[in-house]
Amino acid sequence: MNFFPVGQTHFLATSAFLFTLGVLTVVVRRNLIVILMGVELMLNAGNLAIVAFSRFSGHPAGHVYVLLIMTVAAAEVAVGLGILIALFRTRKTINADEATYLRW
Amino acid sequence: MSHLLPDILFYVFSALSVAGAVLVLVNRNPMTCAMSLVVSVLSLAILYLLLSAHFLAVAQMIVYAGAIVVLFIFVIMLLNLTDEELGRFRFSLFKTIGAFVAVATLLAVAPDIRVSIPAPAAGDAGAPAGYGSTKAVGKLLFGEFLLPFELTSILILSAMVAGVVLAKRELQPKKTHSLVDWLLGFFRT
Repeated sequence: MNFFPVGQTHFLATSAFLFTLGVLTVVVRRNLIVILMGVELMLNAGNLAIVAFSRFSGHPAGHVYVLLIMTVAAAEVAVGLGILIALFRTRKTINADEATYLRW
Repeated sequence: MSHLLPDILFYVFSALSVAGAVLVLVNRNPMTCAMSLVVSVLSLAILYLLLSAHFLAVAQMIVYAGAIVVLFIFVIMLLNLTDEELGRFRFSLFKTIGAFVAVATLLAVAPDIRVSIPAPAAGDAGAPAGYGSTKAVGKLLFGEFLLPFELTSILILSAMVAGVVLAKRELQPKKTHSLVDWLLGFFRT
């Protein structure tokens, strides 16, 4: 792999690193806020891959996909943080290991 | 020389975005994690600019740095966690296995990324005129992708309703007769 000129491969490599870091954040951390941030990192990595594919194949439709994914991500964070606050009110914890009952 | 500057910018900002992600992973304080997430997200916006996705770069800044991270910070400050509530990092077998699997997946994918895509020809033709502009994306969004766009509004509406329901939830179910309470009671039993 050549370092210059920068092409699709380089963007995909960055995307792969970001995705792995997001997975690691979700797996290793137990703080629910940080777990949600890890999910955001994964979505961002996917977006970067889609934009890179779109740019190097010349199809601008990928930009619409990324826009829709951003919307889904925003809705997901809003609901996720709402659940987190409800959990903290009832259980006084945001540790993922202590919230295992799927009910309140 | 004119092709060198974007390449250097790519390396700088992709390193920054990966560094921000690493800091999200290792920082114990969620507020520091949120700030690292801002660094990662804004660097990604610059990468979008390098891919000539101008509209998406601005949307990324507004939606992620302007809305999502602010929401995170809002919740972090609202909860105001103490040091004990943050908890200590503990090793466990499952975490080790999970981390191993994640890294192994990256290593398994790496050769495919390297091999399957031919390196760009020396003179990448560059994006066609108007590629990634607001006009181009808008034409696609309101033409070919009109149905997904309209479905998105339903998604946002349901997220809004869910946010209100979750935020209004009481510890003890109230004895009221609104439709929402009836539905909640129905699903609770």
